[in-house]
Formats: sequence, structure tokens, C-alpha cells
Amino acid sequence: MMEGSDDGPDFLSEEDRGAAEALPVMTAGPSRCSHLKKPSRERSSRWDMLRAINVDLQTDAALQVDISDALSERDKVKFTVHTKSSLPNFKQNEFSVVRQHEEFIWLHDSFVENEDYAGYIIPPAPPRPDFDASREKLQKLGEGEGSMTKEEFTKMKQELEAEYLAIFKKTVAMHEVFLCRVAAHPILRKDLNFHVFLEYNQDLSVRGKNKKEKLEDFFKNMVKSADGVIVSGVKDVDDFFEHERTFLVEYHNRVKDASAKSDKMTRSHKNVADDYNRIGSSLYALGTQDSTDICKFFLKVSELFDKTRKIEARVSADEDLKLSDLLKYYLRESQAAKDLLYRRSRSLVDYENANKALDKARAKNKDVLQAETTQQICCQKFEKISESAKQELIDFKTRRVAAFRKNLVELAELELKHAKGNLQLLQSCLAVLNGDT
Amino acid sequence: MASERELSLLADVRPVDFEVLEDGKNVFVSPVSTLESSPSSPEPASLPAEDLSTNSNGPKPAEVMPDDDREDLFAEATEEVSLDSPERDPVLPPESPPVITPVTPTTLVAPRMELRSVTAPVIFDRSREEIEEEANGHLLDVEINVSDPEKVGDGMNAYMAYRVTTKTSLSMFHKNEFSVKRRFSDFLGLHSKLATKYIHIGYIVPPAPEKSIVGMTKVKVGKEDSSSAEFVEKRRAALERYLQRTVKHPTLLQDPDLRQFLESSELPRAVNTQALSGAGILRMVNKAADAVNKMTIKMNESDAWFEEKQQQFENLDQQLRKLHASVETLVCHRKELSANTAAFAKSAAMLGNSEDHTALSRALSQLAEVEEKIDQLHQEQAFADFSVFSELLGDYIRLIAAVKGVFDHRMKCWQKWQDAQVILQKKREAEAKLQLANRPDKQQQAKDDIKEWETKVQQGEKDFEQVSKTIREEVQRFERERVKDFKTVIIKYLELLVQTQQQLIKHWEAFLPEAKSIA
Repeated sequence: MMEGSDDGPDFLSEEDRGAAEALPVMTAGPSRCSHLKKPSRERSSRWDMLRAINVDLQTDAALQVDISDALSERDKVKFTVHTKSSLPNFKQNEFSVVRQHEEFIWLHDSFVENEDYAGYIIPPAPPRPDFDASREKLQKLGEGEGSMTKEEFTKMKQELEAEYLAIFKKTVAMHEVFLCRVAAHPILRKDLNFHVFLEYNQDLSVRGKNKKEKLEDFFKNMVKSADGVIVSGVKDVDDFFEHERTFLVEYHNRVKDASAKSDKMTRSHKNVADDYNRIGSSLYALGTQDSTDICKFFLKVSELFDKTRKIEARVSADEDLKLSDLLKYYLRESQAAKDLLYRRSRSLVDYENANKALDKARAKNKDVLQAETTQQICCQKFEKISESAKQELIDFKTRRVAAFRKNLVELAELELKHAKGNLQLLQSCLAVLNGDT
Repeated sequence: MASERELSLLADVRPVDFEVLEDGKNVFVSPVSTLESSPSSPEPASLPAEDLSTNSNGPKPAEVMPDDDREDLFAEATEEVSLDSPERDPVLPPESPPVITPVTPTTLVAPRMELRSVTAPVIFDRSREEIEEEANGHLLDVEINVSDPEKVGDGMNAYMAYRVTTKTSLSMFHKNEFSVKRRFSDFLGLHSKLATKYIHIGYIVPPAPEKSIVGMTKVKVGKEDSSSAEFVEKRRAALERYLQRTVKHPTLLQDPDLRQFLESSELPRAVNTQALSGAGILRMVNKAADAVNKMTIKMNESDAWFEEKQQQFENLDQQLRKLHASVETLVCHRKELSANTAAFAKSAAMLGNSEDHTALSRALSQLAEVEEKIDQLHQEQAFADFSVFSELLGDYIRLIAAVKGVFDHRMKCWQKWQDAQVILQKKREAEAKLQLANRPDKQQQAKDDIKEWETKVQQGEKDFEQVSKTIREEVQRFERERVKDFKTVIIKYLELLVQTQQQLIKHWEAFLPEAKSIA
């Protein structure tokens, strides 16, 4: 959050130089995160932290992808995808294109639908940018402007803007992580659609799914999950996969639960920080109006609460980042891993069915050749998937452990840093107050 | 187990004690002069001491303490100090009896209490130092504890009895230490007696804690859950603060009703305090009438001081209410945070269980433990937020209402004086008329009337002046007390916050190596 408030002036500087009080998001004109072009140390460290979700990234010179800029308009976000590559497939070594969220989804779906990639964990699609909650809050603040003091209003506005900025950064990071994962994957990075996505500097004309297609998707998902239940009933010959399946199902559910609870916890934390804000304002008012010598006292304590609030807000933001986001990401990844296992089981069932069909054909001595070829194909498919799936799942585990480790360590370090900062604030304030009395 | 409970109760009570001890010195003015002459008393630089010597309108000295008593007082003081023994185990005062029926509040609140007895030592140190300082320079007078809430009877006739323990060195009390059992309506009765006697002459009488039908009914019905335990604890603390404020007031301290309340083992039941009694209804009617009168009285304020002060108190009232509301929201949110942290801890433990990488699994379980401990911290902090900060604000909001009441009485007094003047004028006119009509028989009557009303007018004026003077003194005293109270409480609150942060640091420092050791 602190970074948000640091960026406050940048955030506003692109537009609204005239209108002092107008809330930047609500007025016409896009708000730009142009500072992304020249990341400061603090901000780039934030990107690093976000990339920590996947640790094995971007030391690869052959293909480096990142999002160098982003523009938030009223109902969409435009990402500038910047690529640096030494691969021969591209016309240039370095280039940028502008992409929207729907185009990312298109790319993800193209991977999922590609049979060749059935044996890989497809990196989960980034979530849709959702600023509705934040916009609503800013709007409510604008409406309630008359009912609070100027200081309070400015404070709350800054806070909400910081929140908006944080959400913005997060969505940019999520999209970036997706691209980086694809770029890091030895097979997926060669995908043609991916190259088109990176290079083609016209609009890809990917429209979002209309209602009919969304309905189709919905039914497809239902069929898939029903199928999944059937398919999962089949006991796997391979212990490794059997174990992985049981593990993943349980893990996925627990990560979902943990992610939800972590979200609630960080939100509560934020509420407490907001309360400190109000208390600080009240104390300030008391201090300025009081006639006795306690007014200095109140003012000092009010100052303390203001500073403490910033720290508490940062604690909440860091927890959100290190814990909630981590869990949310692994929720999606474990789902992708489950999907992989489903595809493998599906192909196993197909293989077994093909075997049975072959036996039947041989018995009847009819269409044997056809049955044989089908069986061959199924066999190959199954073996191909199994082989790559095994490696993918092992990689998944390694990635997961590394990511958790990094994030937990950083979480603990940040919590310590903030607690110590808080402690110092409190102690120095106490020293002053005790000295006065 | 019982001793543990009492121990922890006292731990809870102790930190508050030293406030009383510190403030006790307000009561004695004359001893200051004897102290100044005594070679062994370095005046501590604390604020109230200076107040005493310079404040001419200080309270009338309760008793002039002869020098030999002073020795006793110092003995008492050192006795006090030794009670807070170095092992930091609060020693039971000799009078307090074993708890008879362990009431749910203590057992339910015990976890918090015990934890607070861990936190209390920090405050202990300070109070001991200050007690020593005090003992050198000043006299300790009255220390009041309210403890051991006990449920008596059952069903709807049940009530909570509280033990009120007084420790004092004043000779107007029969003993140095004594305790009695009182119930809530007794406190209300005391307040109403003091109010009738003192408010109309301008003294700010501290208001009693508020009734709560819902809370009490739950306790009566025997609902043994944490909310009724909390309620009893809240009430106990409020009653203690009420009595402490009342005895700090030098004039009220001398009141025989107060003495009777503190000392006598049997107290006549104060039935007039019941909300639905005849007296209660009468009170409500009077309140309504007062409100109407207040609006109709248009006072010519000759003294700008009063107008200014009234305005100030209005502002203060508003600000305090706002702050109070914010702090209550904070308490609420912290409780929420605590609940959510606990839920997350459980969830993280489950996740750790299902994680098949051993080191990560262990680290996740550790994380769950850390979060659980943090949840505890949040709970304690929420309790502190409430009991230290929020309650103080609530008390002061009620106190300011009492101050406003006193101002209103002054207005009524003024009105009475003015009314008397009007009647006097009428009587004079009547007399003049009679003179013209030459009615000597009625003239004597008229002259007597005039005399009567002249005295009444004089009395009215004197009363008004007296009330105004008293109010000035009272308001100044109130302001001093307010400043001190707020400073002490806020500092205490900040210290509790400090402790929370220190604990947080400890927990996370323990977790960090675990996280780093994930291979």
C-alpha cells in the first residue's frame, strides 16, 4: 500500500493536472501506469516478488517476455507485451504489441484445445481484471465528500487510489506470469499461436465469447466434470499417477479453502488499518480543539496512529501478496494439474476401449486393421501423455515447493520488518509522551 | 486453582491501583505544608504536586494529619510497596476471603486474565517506582478494589454481589482495611444520594455505570457463555472506576453516605433505583421537565467564562463520541480479524497435512501454529482496546453529561434568584400601593413580606455566586483529572500495543528458520 501512496503523484500526473479534487479514475481519460517503463528499485522488487510464484523464469536469453506498460480504461485494460528474443522465428530481436485480456484467454484456450499439448500442464489463464469493487468505493467516497473533513477525505482518497493501483499491478502481474510460464516451457514456447500473439502487431480480432459460446462452454465443463468422475473411477496401473491423483484432489480442495480464509484474514487486517485512520483523525480533531495541555499529547498520538496505520496497511498488503496470491495461484495450477491427469485418464480409458474393440474385432475377424490402427494411435497417445505428464508433475512439485519457500520466507521477513517498525514507532512515541508528562 | 484465579484477578486490578494511589495526593493540602517542612521529602516533579502547592482553591483539607500519623502513612506506604513483592506475584490482601461460588466470569475470562498477568508486570515496575516516589513525598489515602463477582440467588431474583475492598489511612474510617459486599443497585443508590446532595450546589458527581437489562437478564437466567462473562467483567471494572473517581473527590469523600457504603456490612436496599419503581418514574418525569425548562430559561450570562466552558464541553462531547464510535468499530474489527486468523490457521494446518513434501508440510504446520498464536494476540489486543481505551471514552462521555448537568443546575439557581427578585419587586410595588391607599394594617404585612423576599433574594444571589464559584473549582479539577486520566490511559494502551508487537516479533522470528529450512 505504501508503494501505492508513493506512486500517488505519478498516478495522477498524467491526467487531472487541472481538476484537483476529481477522482482520476472516474473522469474521462485513461489512467496510465506509465511509471512501469522506468521501474524504481522498490517497484521492480515488487515485480520480482510476484514472479516468485514461478521461480524458474527469465534467465533464459532465448526468449524473454514481459509486460512493460499497461493502460486502464473504463472497461478494459491494455497491456503492452514486450518481447526480447534471439530465436530465428521472429523477424526482429525486440518488439512490442498491445494486447487485451480476451487475447490472453484466446491463447490459453488454444493451448487447452490442442491435442498435442494434452500431456502438459497448461499454465492457468490470468483472472479477468476486476476493478468494480474499487471503482464502487471511489464513487461512494466521491458522493460522501460533504460529510467528512477535508483531511479525512484526502486521506481516504489516497488510500482508495492506492488500493486501485495495487489491484491494477496485481492484474498486470498475473498476465505477465502467464506469459512467462509459457515462454519458459520448452514445448509451449514454440507454439505458433504464441508467436503470433507476441509478434502480430494488429488486433487479433479475438472477441470475447458471446452468450451462446459461454453456454456451450458451460455444458462442455459439465460434461467434462461428469466424465472426470467416471474416468477417475478407473484405478491406475501406475502407482506414481495413482498417488498423484489422490494427492492433487485433496490438495486442490485444501488450497481452495486456505486461499479463501487467507483472503478474509487479509481483508480484516485492512479493516483494522482503516479504523486506525479514523481514530487518528478523531484524535487530531480532539487535539486541535482542546484547550488544555493535553492537546499536544493528542496530536502526537494522532500522528502515531497515522503512521501505524500505514504500517498495518502494508502488513495487510504483504500478507495478501505473499500468502493469498500464492494460494490463489496454486489453486489454479493444481486445477491445471488435475486437468492433465484427467486427460491422461481419458486417454487410458480410450486405450483400454481400443484394446477391447481390437479383441472383439479379432474375434469376429472384421475390421481388424482399422481396430489395430485405432489401438496403435491410442497406445501412442497414452504413452506420450504419460511420459510428459510424469515430468510435468515432478516439475510442478519442484516449482510449488520453491515458490512456497520463497514466499513464506519473504512473508516472515516482511512481517518481522513491519512489526519492528511498528514497535519502534510506538516506543519512540511513548518516550516523547512520557518525557512530556 | 482458586488462588490462581484470585492471583490473576488481582493482577488485573493492580495496574489500576496505582492510579488511585497517585491521585490520592490531591486530597491533602495542609499536609503539603508539613511535608515541605520535613527534610525527608523531596517533592517529586510530578504535576499534581505542584498543583497542590499553588492551587489556592484546592479542596478543603479532609483532616489535618498530625505528624505521627504521617509515620503511619509512610509505614502504610512501604507496606503497600512490599505487597507488590519482587516476584511479581500479587499477594492477597489479608481481608479478601476465598471465593465462594466460582462464577463463570472468572473461569471463562481466566485465559485472558492469566495472559494479562503476564503483561501486567511491565506496568508493575512502573507502579512500584511511582509508589516509592509517592511514599517519599505524599500521603496515600484511599484505595478501592471491586472484585469477586458472585451470583447470589437464582432465577429472575438473582443478582451479582461484588466485593468492595477499601484500604485507607484516613482516620475517619474505623479500620484501615475493610471490605463489604454490594450489589449493583447499591451503587446506584449511593450515586442518587450523592447526586441529590451535591449536584445542585455545583459539584460534579461522577455518574454510576449504566443499567443493562439485557446483560443482567442473561446472567440471571444463568447463561454461562463468554458474553455474559464479559458483561460481568465489564460491569465490575466500571463499578471500580466509578468508586475510584468518587473517592478522589475531596468533598464527596467526606460524605457520610459514602462512608456508610464503604464500611457498613448491611446496607438498606435502594429500591428507588429500579427503573420501573415509583421513584424511577418520578425521575423520568423530572428529567423531561428539566429538559423543557432548560429550553425556556434564557440566561444573561454575565460571566464569559461559563459560556466558553459550556461551548468547550459541547465540542469535547461531540469529539469524544466520534472517537468512541471509531474505537468500538476497531474492537469489532479486531475480533473479526482474530476469528479469521483462527480459521486460516486451521486451514493452513490441513493444507500442511495434505502436502506431500515433508519439509514444506512441516513449515505449513508451523505457519498454522504461528497464526494461531497471533490469533491469541489479536484477541488480547481487542480486549485491551476495549477495556482500556473504549471504556475510558465511555466514562468521559458520561462524565461530561454530568458536567453539563451541573451547568444546568447553575442556570436553575440563577432562575430562582431572578424569580425571587421579580417577586420582591412585586412585593415592593404592593407595599407602595398600600402606602398610597393608606392601609397601615396590611402595610406591616407587606413590609414583612418585603423583608422576607429581600433575604430570599440575597440568599439566591449568594447561592448563585457559591454555585458559580464551586463550579469553577470543580471544572478546573475536572480538567486536571481529565488530562491525567487520558494521559495515563493512553500511555497504558500504547504500552499494551508495544507488547503485542514484541510478541509478534517473537513468533515470526521463531517461524523464519523453519521457512528457510524448506529444502
